[in-house]
Amino acid sequence: MIEHLNMSLVDWSRAQFALTAIYHWIFVPLTLGLSFLVAIMETIYVRTGKEEWKRMTRFWMTLFGINYAIGVATGIILEFEFGTNWSNYSWFVGDIFGAPLAIEGILAFFLESTFVAVMFFGWNKVSKKFHLTSTWLVAVGANLSALWILVANAWMQNPVGMTFNPDTARNEMVSFWAVLFNPVAVDKFLHTVFSGFLLASIFVMGVSAWLMLKKREEWMAKQSILIAAIFGLISSLMVAFTGDSSARTMASVQPVKFAAMEAHYYGSDNAALTAFGVLKNSGKKIGEKEIMDFAFRIKIPGFLSVMTGGNKKTYVPGIYDLVNGPDTIQGILPVIIKIQNGTFAREVLADYKRAIMLNDTQQIRIIKTEYFQSKKFMDEKFRYFGYGFLSKPDNAIPNVAITFYSFHLMVMLGFFFILVCAVSIFLTLKGSIAKQRWFLWTALLSVPLAYIASEAGWVLTEVGRQPWIIQDLMPVTSGVSQISAGSVMTTFILFAILFTALLIAEVSIMVKQIKTGPKH
Amino acid sequence: MKNLFPDVRKLFRFYYDGFRDMSAWGRKVWVVIIIKLFIIFAILRLFFFHDFLHDKYDNDKQRSKYVLEQLTNSTNTND
Repeated sequence: MIEHLNMSLVDWSRAQFALTAIYHWIFVPLTLGLSFLVAIMETIYVRTGKEEWKRMTRFWMTLFGINYAIGVATGIILEFEFGTNWSNYSWFVGDIFGAPLAIEGILAFFLESTFVAVMFFGWNKVSKKFHLTSTWLVAVGANLSALWILVANAWMQNPVGMTFNPDTARNEMVSFWAVLFNPVAVDKFLHTVFSGFLLASIFVMGVSAWLMLKKREEWMAKQSILIAAIFGLISSLMVAFTGDSSARTMASVQPVKFAAMEAHYYGSDNAALTAFGVLKNSGKKIGEKEIMDFAFRIKIPGFLSVMTGGNKKTYVPGIYDLVNGPDTIQGILPVIIKIQNGTFAREVLADYKRAIMLNDTQQIRIIKTEYFQSKKFMDEKFRYFGYGFLSKPDNAIPNVAITFYSFHLMVMLGFFFILVCAVSIFLTLKGSIAKQRWFLWTALLSVPLAYIASEAGWVLTEVGRQPWIIQDLMPVTSGVSQISAGSVMTTFILFAILFTALLIAEVSIMVKQIKTGPKH
Repeated sequence: MKNLFPDVRKLFRFYYDGFRDMSAWGRKVWVVIIIKLFIIFAILRLFFFHDFLHDKYDNDKQRSKYVLEQLTNSTNTND
């Protein structure tokens, strides 16, 4: 029984999950992209038969192997945390996570781990074509793994394809395809894997730039930069395209998050997009939450409306409207109405629980028929079940400053990377890249920026989703297990030590291999 | 069946030779992997990460009842 919600428990549980996810995500995107870059390089080797391409492939494969090995299994800890720290949530999610994660384990993980052995042990032992096929299968397998995890995450952002069973207090999947082709899942998968491809391209360009600055392996560095820059440019354009699509989907399924990432408080048509902005407190409030204003802003008039609905006339609701009303804004109910619907849904569930306790079979049948088997109740009331936990409307507003800055940092860096890739192609084809030391330094210093952009994307996704652990259905505070905050704090510290040690191990082994260079 | 054993032997040799001839970085990485997996499964999983509902309740019916109570308890609000 929850006698009193202990916020430090919720905060520590959130902090621990964030720490684990952030560290885990340091390893993942490089695996996603570098696997494909290595496969492309090996394809050129197999087609040309030139030994220098094999040398180059093996060098990048080594760096891929180090990252893959250090990162492997760091995601399992997230699953431990679900069962221990987030038991209400895990139970409520039901089999929705089970199916995609099981597929991930069986299909993608085995595909990956089987062919990784061929990739590293199979040189000169299996045919060139079989080895190349294995390399491509590792790349496909790694990205398929990401697909299932992202499908599960997308369901938390936009729960679809399920129905709630009041007898078990669990959600049950009714359409696997609805879960798989959830618009958020499609956008998220494409946006995430292309951002991984981009990060890996920046990594390859950065390491190659370092080799050039040291005047080592110039041929290999040039070829690597050219391949990575082309792959990176295509990926960065796809990141921008899928990002735009993600934002459009977000505007309809997570409108408060969408408004928060632009610090857009008051709805309007011809709404401006902020290209760059610095926030300050306005002195005004929505409930107890401070309204942020711009201390400085460069805006693109009308572009937020165009992004949302395709033209400048599109009305873009602000945080204030989404919280307080009017009754509907383009079919979106304001939080104040959603709280009424959610509270009603919770009361129906409480009545059902009482009927079960009293073994009142007639009442059980009535509530089931009239409510839980009624499409109208499930679509109009129960879909806002989580709002029944909110004591006041402003609780539905995420941290606007973090959401805004993480979004804008990600976007600005994304455009910067497009430029870096384009300039790299130009200078490499011109044959002057080795002389442009300023650009080699830019490419090298872009590597940490790519990680920052990638992590900022997840900060936007997860902080912007607050207060929800499952959008509209369950707030974070209700998903947490009633365990001691002290034990969560202890494991938080253990994780911080473990992951920092892993990161140090990865960086030091990798730096040593980069300094060693490819084998002769 | 006759052909199966040479295949299994070949497969074994493939992995055996792979590990035996492993590069210095490969050995280092394997040491990191083994330490990491030991910490994750033998320490964290065993001592710190018990499944809350599995430990507390014997069957799914009890677990459902508990979560249902959590979902309907009026004191459970987001303040």
